[in-house]
This record gives sequence, structure tokens and C-alpha cells, in this order.
Amino acid sequence: MTHDEQPDPSTPVDSSEDLGVQAPSAKRTGLSRRAALGVTGAAVGTAAIAGSGGFALGRATAPKVETRSYEFLGAHQSGIVTSQQDRMHFASFDVTTSSRDELVALLRRWTQAAATLMAGSELGSGAAGGNYAAPPDDTGEALDLAASKLTITFGFGPTLFEKDGVDRFGLAGKRPEQLIDLPKFAGDTLDPKFVGGDICIQACADDPTVAVHAIRNLSRIAFGAAAIKWSQLGFGRTSSTTSDQVTPRNFMGFKDGTHNMRAEETELVNKWLWAQGDDGQEWMNGGSYLVARRIRILAEIWDRTSLGEQEDLVGRTKGTGAPLSGGGEFTDPDFDLAGSDGEPLIATDSHVSIAHPDHNDGAAMLRRGYNFTDGADDLGRLDAGLFFLAYVRDPRTQFVPIQERMARADIMTVEYLRTTGSALFAVPPGLPMGSELGPDGAYIGQQLFA
Amino acid sequence: MNVRFALPPLTLGALALSGCVANDAAAEDAVSVSSTADGCSLSATTAPSGSIVFDVTNDGDDVTEFYLLADDGLRIITEVENVGPGLSRELVAQVPAGDYITSCKPGMVGDGIQAAFTVTDSGAEVGPTGEIGDQLQAAADQYLLYVRDQVATLDQKTTAFLDAYTAGDDDAARQMYADTRVHWERIEPVAEAFGDLDPSMDLREADLADGEAWTGWHNIEKNLWPPADGYELTDAERQALADKLSIDTADLVSRVNADDFSIDAFQIGNGAKSLLDEVASGKITGEEEIWSHTDLWDFQANIDGASVAFGVLRPVVEQTDPDLVAELDARFDAVQTLLTAQGSVEDGFTYYDDLTEDQVQELSRAVDALGEPLSQLTAAAVL
Repeated sequence: MTHDEQPDPSTPVDSSEDLGVQAPSAKRTGLSRRAALGVTGAAVGTAAIAGSGGFALGRATAPKVETRSYEFLGAHQSGIVTSQQDRMHFASFDVTTSSRDELVALLRRWTQAAATLMAGSELGSGAAGGNYAAPPDDTGEALDLAASKLTITFGFGPTLFEKDGVDRFGLAGKRPEQLIDLPKFAGDTLDPKFVGGDICIQACADDPTVAVHAIRNLSRIAFGAAAIKWSQLGFGRTSSTTSDQVTPRNFMGFKDGTHNMRAEETELVNKWLWAQGDDGQEWMNGGSYLVARRIRILAEIWDRTSLGEQEDLVGRTKGTGAPLSGGGEFTDPDFDLAGSDGEPLIATDSHVSIAHPDHNDGAAMLRRGYNFTDGADDLGRLDAGLFFLAYVRDPRTQFVPIQERMARADIMTVEYLRTTGSALFAVPPGLPMGSELGPDGAYIGQQLFA
Repeated sequence: MNVRFALPPLTLGALALSGCVANDAAAEDAVSVSSTADGCSLSATTAPSGSIVFDVTNDGDDVTEFYLLADDGLRIITEVENVGPGLSRELVAQVPAGDYITSCKPGMVGDGIQAAFTVTDSGAEVGPTGEIGDQLQAAADQYLLYVRDQVATLDQKTTAFLDAYTAGDDDAARQMYADTRVHWERIEPVAEAFGDLDPSMDLREADLADGEAWTGWHNIEKNLWPPADGYELTDAERQALADKLSIDTADLVSRVNADDFSIDAFQIGNGAKSLLDEVASGKITGEEEIWSHTDLWDFQANIDGASVAFGVLRPVVEQTDPDLVAELDARFDAVQTLLTAQGSVEDGFTYYDDLTEDQVQELSRAVDALGEPLSQLTAAAVL
């Protein structure tokens, strides 16, 4: 199977199909949240989405909820080239069982639940139904909410294959050579509580409650087999992954990800994003590698930096995001154009110069990061920054060399950023359309355990 | 750590008539300037005296510059350089009534495309226009003397420190360590501007990448204050570290004493801001001296250096922004009061790990309270 035989998961499925038309093969056991509640209608802001047919009845002023849902099945997992949502809850799990069978059973439960959650349906017998003497299967906080474009993406960390020299699940021989132990980069100030993990789940949605609900319920059905090691909430996407998205701003106040790879750039995506069968491990064909880095911004210090220096450090204007060599946001930087002193207008140690593909053998990443704020530190300073997420075909050539250059020579990174968390995961391919899910059904990662 | 001086130094002479702060000139009063390959069109050829805002847009294909010149066409009142094609830059200047010349210089060559510009008398008070260029030059001269003096002392004390260290007199070396580094920390942004010296002399262990060689002060620090699980160096390794630090220090001495070495007012102001950044990011958290816990010596030295930078610029800023001077005086005093409660360079300070959480937080808040107005110093002095 190659990645282009299947529907593009970046295309949303219309919400009117929540009632069960969507992804019939997924065999969801859940109830549609909106069907169960009888909520009608929804305002969908994007004209490209088909109307909800006869579903939108009965209300003159429809509630502003995002009803679109994405298809769970497909050649690739959702949540990678999917048009980036506004909210994220990311969780890294330790697998606590030592039984391969229990691990596989967990992956089956997770897979089925993920498909149900993505469709905007309640888990099991629902949140307010079921046995009155038993706790509800679904925790319920998303009851009044629609699918909200939820995507759920699973990845496997190096320690799933081998941990402290122990091959817990008979997988050591299947660890991809791309799934390295990330080196320590200059200036890394890692907090052990934000490092690594056996399995990650990235849940993204346009509603924060929907994303948190997903992680909460997936964690709940994992108890006994896996437990959360660390997690991160993110808000405010800091990248665009499709061409129709406006470039957002990060906490430094600059547009971020102007040059990001886009889902529509098929050639780039095939070259730099999707693992291929002959990359070394056939089970990763159609998968990708996810780099997760929790990068704190020294906000108070950055805020005292003059506009001129901020722009020089980034290499772009703060207002429009144009490169300092001129033009508009999407004008290619001219790294040779010199100013009156003979030095390039875009400094050689600026962020854009250091990180640009032209200076990294063309290497590109699909970035999918989020702003985060975890309150304040002990000194009353914002514990805020960028939760950097990037999908690449090979971290050894696409992330490590670029990060090594940034950590040493990109003054913005050296002076104003502190990386406090770090992890790498192998994100397996998706499941073919038509797959049957359930206790004996298909599951994410099944190629690895075959 | 590495701080650079971000912008090309301004010609001090160019500041003679323009040394004032940005202010509240309404944006709708801005004179828009469009610079093209063969044109320099302004939305107005006259403006009232006081703060004048030029909104310069490069509508051409080459990098451009815009100047406001005195009527002799030579003296520069104010300028903006390096505006890339399609970009805009705002320029604010205090300009008294009189006749002037505007000039766009697409391609940054030649005399530019010039036209007459008239500033009418608005009756508004115009910022200081007289001696500021001379005062900034005097500030630069004074600061250069300070840097050379500190580096000379650093060199002397480093020699004595390394003698004790290589002789195995660890007690004496530990005694001299923090007191010697004070002279480095006072002028650290200057040393950092050389780029290669700072990583070689002052890299912390946390700044290292996998496999990178570690030289300089902090490796010696770890050796003198070994962590509980032990950290030993052979005599040869000690000698190598000492030799390298000695060579680098001598290199620093020769660089700051070179005939063509100079520091301008812009760099002084930014250097003061950088020193406060150093305190806020490294010293206040105890990360700088993680083995010796002598962070408060460095803290005091950074404040000393920032205070000297403010001091040399003070005569200018007293004219351009007296409120800022008063605020900085009060905030420097507040930080110094807290530091003095913990000791002095002469008598020694409390070690960082003996500070209470409340004391650290109090110091941190005072540093933030000083850092914020200090970040306005450069603009008040030179723009």
C-alpha cells in the first residue's frame, strides 16, 4: 500500500454524517453526542463544507460549534497533514504491563475508542445512559459538544522497543534506525518529567474540552496497561499545515511556520514526511516520525528587546512577516542581499537563515506546534512557550542537524529559548479504509506486531 | 551565553540634531515617503517643528535609505538604512524649524534623490538639539576606559588565581574565584561581542552539546567545588585548562586595547540591558555558578556594569527623558539595597544555596523592575 491510494485525511467529513453514515466500516459502538442530545444545527464557518442537509432544523440562530469531523481510517493517521486545529492535548505514556498480549489489547481498545471519539460519539454506553449502578462509560464533559475536528494520533517511543536493555515485548528487532535516542543539544535544560515515553497520543481539536476529553478517556481505558508519564496542553496553533490557513503567531509575537511544508505539496510531503517501506522497517511504510520538544520562551527578557533587534534575530519583520531582504510574507528570503555596511540584510545568525531549507540541504519538516502556558514559575515569570511538534521522514537528517545549528548559532534560540522537554516517536501508518475495529479487529500499529 | 550588538553603529555625528525619544506624535500626522528606483515622493513637503514621523516605504526593487539632511545637504539630521524592497520603516526625529533636504538613496549609492523640506515653527518645545553628539562621544570614551580597566584587572587576578589552581592550592583558588570573575561579569557583553571568546571562557556545562570540549571558568569551578559524586582532574588536565583560560584572557586584553576597538552609545545602552538579562536568566536562578554558588558576586558585577553604562549615558538621558533617569535611579537603589543586605564584593556574599525562596523572589522582582525601564535606555540615549 502506498500513501496516495487512500483519501486524504486532511479533508474533513461533513458533520451530517455523524449519525452513522461516516466511516461505516469503523463499527462504532458509540452514540452520536448530538443525536443523543437532540441538539440541532450548527454554524460552520467554511463555505467549502457542504451544508448539513436536513439536519439543521429548528433554530433560527445556530450555536457556533465546529461540527466537522475527520475520517479515522486512511493510509496515514489523521492529525499529521490534517489542517491544523486550534487546541491540543498531548500525552506520553509509560506502558506498565509487561505482557505483549495486554499491550495489543490496549492498542485495540484505543483504536476503537479513537475512531468513536473522532466521530463525535460517546464511548460505550455513553455518558448518561447504561447501567445505573455502574459508572458511565464516557466521562461526559464533551456531551454538548460536536466532533470539533478532533484527530487522535498514536506514536511509539524508543523505550517501547527496548528499555534499560530489556526487550519487553519482543520488538527490539523492529526498532527503526530512524527512531534514535535524541542527543543532548547545546543549551538543553531538560526536566526529566517532560522527557520520553513509550507511547504518545496527540489529540487535536478546535475545542479544548474535546481534546482533553479524548486524552482523559483514552487514559482511563489504559489503566493497568499504560499510564500517563507526562502531558502537555497547547492552545493557539503555531503552524499552518494547509495552504488556506493564515500563518499564526507564536509567543514571541512573530508569524511562525511561514515556510512550513503544506499538505498540498505532494512532492515535498513524499520526500520529507512519509516513511517508505524501503527506509528500513516495512511496518513504518506510510508512517512518520514525531519530534516533540517543550520549548520555554524567556518571555520577560524577550519583551525588553528592541523591535530592531527582535527583527534582526528572527530575520523577518514583526508586522507582516516579510523577510528583511524585502517583499511580503511569502517572498523567498534573499540571503545575499547586503545593506550599506556590506553585511546581509538577513543576518547569518538569524533564525530564518539558520533554519531555512536552503541552508540545510533542502531538509524540511512538517511543523505542527502549539503555544502553551503552564502558569508561572516560582519567580512569578510566565512558564510559557512553544510545544514544538514536527513530523519528519528521518529525524537524523531533518531534525538533528538543524537543531544542532540552531542550538549553537541561532542567537534567538541561544538567548531566549530553553528546551525543557524532549521526545521522539515512530508514528505508524493508518489503517486501510474498510478495516473492522473491535476486540479482534484492526488496530493502530498492527503492522509492528504482525 | 552570547549577546550581540544587533544594529550597525550609528554615526555619532549624525545624532547632533536628533537625539530624542519616540513620542506621541499622532500617526496621521506622519509624512509618508515612497522610495522607488527613480523617485522619492513625500506626502508633504512641510511639517510643524517638534516630533516628526516619517513612514518610509521602499516601493522599489533595491535596498534603500532615507535621510533628512540640513540645508547644506551634508549634515545628517536623521536617517533610516537598509530598508528592503517592499518593507516599511518608521522614523521619528525631533526637528526644529528651518529648511532641510530629504533624500532617498535606492541602491544605497550616490547622492540620492533630493528635495527641499520645510519645518515651520509650531511653537512646540523641541527636544535638545545641542551638545548631545559630543556628550555621546564622551560617554563612549568613558565607557571604553572602564572596559579596559576592568579587563586589565581581570588579567592580573586571573593570573594569580590560575597560579594557585595549578599549584594545587585549592583553598586559595576557591577564595579568589568569585572575586576574579567580578571583573569579567562587569563587562561581559563586550567580551561576548567577540563571539569566539565567550564560549571558550564562560560556557556552562548545561550549554554543552554531546561530545563538545569544555574549557574555561566553569570547568575549573566544577573541579574546585566537585559535586558529591566526585569530579577529579589530573594535574595535566588542570594545566591545560589554566593555559587555555590564560591565553583567552590575554587575547581579550589585546582585543579591547586595539587601536580600532571602539564602543558606541548604542552598544553601551544595549550592553546594560544585556547585563540585566544575564542576571534574570542565569544568576537569579543559581544556574551560572551551579557548583560554587557564588552567583551573587556575578549578580553584583552585572549590576555594577549596567550602572556604569547608565552613568556614562546619564547626561544625555537627563535631557531627553529625565523621568527615566529618576526611575532608573530608584530601581538601581532598590536592587542595591537588597544586594547589600547579602554582603559585598569585598567581604563576600551569601551563597546562592543559602538564600531563602523569599529572598530569591524579592531579588528577582527587583531585577525585573529595573530591567524594564533599563530596556528603554538605548532609545532614550541615541534614537
